[in-house]
Amino acid sequence: MVDPNVLERHGLKPDEYDRIVQFLGREPNLTELGIFSVMWSEHCSYKSSRVHLKTLPTGGPQVLQGPGENAGAVDIGEGLAAVFKIESHNHPSFIEPYQGAATGVGGIIRDIFTMGARPIALLNSLRFGPLDAPETPRLLEGVVAGIAGYGNSIGIPTVGGEIAFEPSYAGNPLVNVFCLGIAKASDIIKGVASGVGNAVYYVGAKTGRDGIHGATMASAEFDEKSAEKRPAVQVGDPFMEKLLLEACLEVMRTDTLVGIQDMGAAGLTCSTTEMGSRGGAGVEIDVSLVPQRETGMTPYEIMLSESQERMLLVVKRGHEAEVERIFDKWDLHAVHIGNVTDDGLLRVKDRGAVVAEIPNRALTDQAPVYHRPMAPPDYLAEAQQLDLDALPPSREAGRTLSGPANDALMLLLGSPTIGSKRWAFRQYDHMVRTNTLNLPGLGAGVVRIKGTNRALALSVDGNGRYCYLDPYRGAMLAVAEAARNVACAGARPLGATNCLNFGNPERPAIMWQFARAVEGIGAACRALGVPITGGNVSLYNETDGRAIYPTPVIGVVGLLEHADRVVCRRIQGPGDIVILLGEGRGELGGTEYLKLAYDVVRGLPPALDLDAERALQALVVALADGRLIRSAHDCADGGIAVTLAECCFDTGGVGIEASIDEVEVGRDAGLNRAAALFGESASRVVVSVAPDRADEVLSRAADSSVPARIVGRTGGTALRVKAGGKTAIDVTVEEAERVWSTAIDKHFVKRVA
Amino acid sequence: MKFAIVVFPGSNCDHDAYHAARDVLGQNADYVWHKDTDLKGADVVILPGGFAHGDYLRCGAMARFSPIMREVQAKFQCEHVHIRVEQTDTPFTLACRRGQVLRIPIAHGEGNYFAEPEVIARLEANRQIVFRYTNAAGAVVDDANPNGSAAAIAGLCNETRNVVGLMPHPERACEPVLGSADGLLIFESAVAALKTGVLGGSTRSALEAVG
Amino acid sequence: MRARVFVTLKPSVFDPQGKTIADALHTLGYGGVQDVRQGKYFELDLVTTEPAQARALAAEVADKLLANPVIESYRIEVD
Repeated sequence: MVDPNVLERHGLKPDEYDRIVQFLGREPNLTELGIFSVMWSEHCSYKSSRVHLKTLPTGGPQVLQGPGENAGAVDIGEGLAAVFKIESHNHPSFIEPYQGAATGVGGIIRDIFTMGARPIALLNSLRFGPLDAPETPRLLEGVVAGIAGYGNSIGIPTVGGEIAFEPSYAGNPLVNVFCLGIAKASDIIKGVASGVGNAVYYVGAKTGRDGIHGATMASAEFDEKSAEKRPAVQVGDPFMEKLLLEACLEVMRTDTLVGIQDMGAAGLTCSTTEMGSRGGAGVEIDVSLVPQRETGMTPYEIMLSESQERMLLVVKRGHEAEVERIFDKWDLHAVHIGNVTDDGLLRVKDRGAVVAEIPNRALTDQAPVYHRPMAPPDYLAEAQQLDLDALPPSREAGRTLSGPANDALMLLLGSPTIGSKRWAFRQYDHMVRTNTLNLPGLGAGVVRIKGTNRALALSVDGNGRYCYLDPYRGAMLAVAEAARNVACAGARPLGATNCLNFGNPERPAIMWQFARAVEGIGAACRALGVPITGGNVSLYNETDGRAIYPTPVIGVVGLLEHADRVVCRRIQGPGDIVILLGEGRGELGGTEYLKLAYDVVRGLPPALDLDAERALQALVVALADGRLIRSAHDCADGGIAVTLAECCFDTGGVGIEASIDEVEVGRDAGLNRAAALFGESASRVVVSVAPDRADEVLSRAADSSVPARIVGRTGGTALRVKAGGKTAIDVTVEEAERVWSTAIDKHFVKRVA
Repeated sequence: MKFAIVVFPGSNCDHDAYHAARDVLGQNADYVWHKDTDLKGADVVILPGGFAHGDYLRCGAMARFSPIMREVQAKFQCEHVHIRVEQTDTPFTLACRRGQVLRIPIAHGEGNYFAEPEVIARLEANRQIVFRYTNAAGAVVDDANPNGSAAAIAGLCNETRNVVGLMPHPERACEPVLGSADGLLIFESAVAALKTGVLGGSTRSALEAVG
Repeated sequence: MRARVFVTLKPSVFDPQGKTIADALHTLGYGGVQDVRQGKYFELDLVTTEPAQARALAAEVADKLLANPVIESYRIEVD
């Protein structure tokens, strides 16, 4: 029997070890144990999440590739496919923010071009502890610089994303990266090995000892001892990746490949077994042929290395020379390291001697699957209670400005979660490839597809606070918001990808959160017609037993058939009519307002009527397509007041005069006013319309059964909002914009001074 | 007339320059691999921006203009800026008015030009400063200089005036749908320069995107 | 006293810049340069005249700021 310490170091449980012995019919050697440990890790096997993920809707007439491949793909017409995926790099980014984030970007780009698609846009979804906590600026700076360093160098624009700050992420920042590519629908290529005798090639960077056990690291909680596990940091080389990208795309145009897969988590092990398993074949390689950066590497180390920028290819017989020639042109050298076999085994040799032999399927389909116990968290029932008549004193007390809600508005606009992300966006090259129609910060990112009239809109969204208070509803709201943002650019949502960031699944409360969130995603995706085409699960986001907020992040891609009909959040000038689509109900549970003004995270997140949401999104897309609206902006964090303010930003100071309905949520008049202004009721969009189109917009809304009413007009240089007929907000756009645009910068200026 | 876009292994703005020259401007354009020795009869050579050879040793691109490059602003910056046309007798500014303000994006990490005062004075005397960072009104002010570039220099030409190097990316500002079409003037200048033969003896001109 | 701090990537950490420089040298015909590891170099002017103190101080600032202990190691010379 194997030493329990060895098992523990490999993150394997005794009963899992027994299964290994069963599969092999003998005790594994250390190399085999290492291979099992990474393939059966949570990160690679999805052993806790798989039973739940199976319930997600993954099909639809537009879906060309669902989950299970390197990335998903949807049909976008004219014979083209949008290939996209989101992935987490949370744990590596906490250990080494720059390299962790950079290699995350590198990995997701490889997932896209592995499918035969040219990557055309990146997004990211980032979460940190409070920006005024001592560690946060350094982490934020490192992560943003890492994303910029990699994406900018390789020449793929980062066209948007989200950044949120909450105490629950202080010890576990989230770095989720999303990549979108374009391929000919007929040219999508898969990560499959088949055809006995076909050659298996290795291409890209040499293998070093970096990142060994990255996959098992990503599957374990942090504790004080994790500092000891730290040699496992990978360093990315965007220049190498650029060569790989161009060379692989050139090879793929030649019809010489059976399959291709990048070596991401669990490196050579994962790519060989997954490709073999998908093709129902075996793969035999000799590790002595693998290009090595360091001397004296063992088969164990070579199989488990997570060195970046490496690909595994299966080449059609007779085409070896052609493939080698193309890689040579790009100064890369494809090395023949093995062959496809018919025995379904992963066979690893070292100079001819077999050092590991494992059935592929034992490592993939037959890996352990757990129905882990679930129970609602202890905090939940209490946290969902919200008595608006018993709130603590508000931080906005002692207001000094002219409008009674001005201070609250400024508080929200100046918070880094709501404030402008320009500090980050300007570090990203968001214009390279000259396709970016909507610059970051104007809503969903929008990139045109050259050679067509089409464009794609993409958005990533999540709200951990909502999910903490109700994971089912919070996850639905995340799907709805991502799809709504895409619709607000004028694009019809086509498909989604999810990145599920949670704590330790071995705790029933976390598993319950996970299961409920997946149910919520499924319900919303079904209702809104955006199937999940792939994604990633990141568990064990805990430090010293404290988990992050459950945080599903959803990426949605949508299609504009006419790129020139794109809209963004920015109003286009004075004299337009401002219309609110949807209805505010003054819902304050879980809002930014309650958190910032009262330091309260309580209540239920806003209700979501999926039918109403679907109708709203369809309406907005139709209005944009009919050129009836000049801007569209989703109401989200900070409610309609923040939405209206954001409509005025980046316009050179054009204002809005608006009037919204009163709501009654409690006894206090001030709180009722705040609920109307800052409540975060879902399914709302603010559009601006030329005066002669307002009637048509209203009648179209009525036809779609979407509530709609004129709330104001653009013009002047101030944002003035009346609630229930009384002026609540009266600020100059310039002043509001200054607060909003320096919300993040100010934390860095202070540090320098 | 024909544009050649030189492709280095790590070029990332080559597609953009090609698209601007061929699809937007409607000119003949071709990629030239950096190992090739033949420019295929090109009239205008574009060395696009990007990370040509990984660029880890950053010195090649602008070396011929600049005695020293220094890095003050370490963060990458990508945004629209304004540049003023200082000289119109180069093949890339012929179609501009002197003093004209163009709105063009920058995208660089190490983008600030630095030179000793006597070098700047010589560039000034030779009228080699082709573009300066300004505000929208065309005034040279500190706030409008995105990277602390010496003398607000955004672009230079060589002494024979047929090679222009600039930090901003005109190829990214060639279509209104991208937010600005001001960069097109730089490409159109090249076309006009060849048509009118204003270059005199000079047969080939080069645009070097340094950013 | 003066302390010199040489910061380099740890041996098993990949050094793409060093590799690119090595490749460039090979292209230029310097086959005799087998490999390149690049790093950072700092000169610290210190108040102390005690070599042991100087070394301790240099090590402290190297740990805190000059080196990234996750991927880099450093060497100190004092004179």
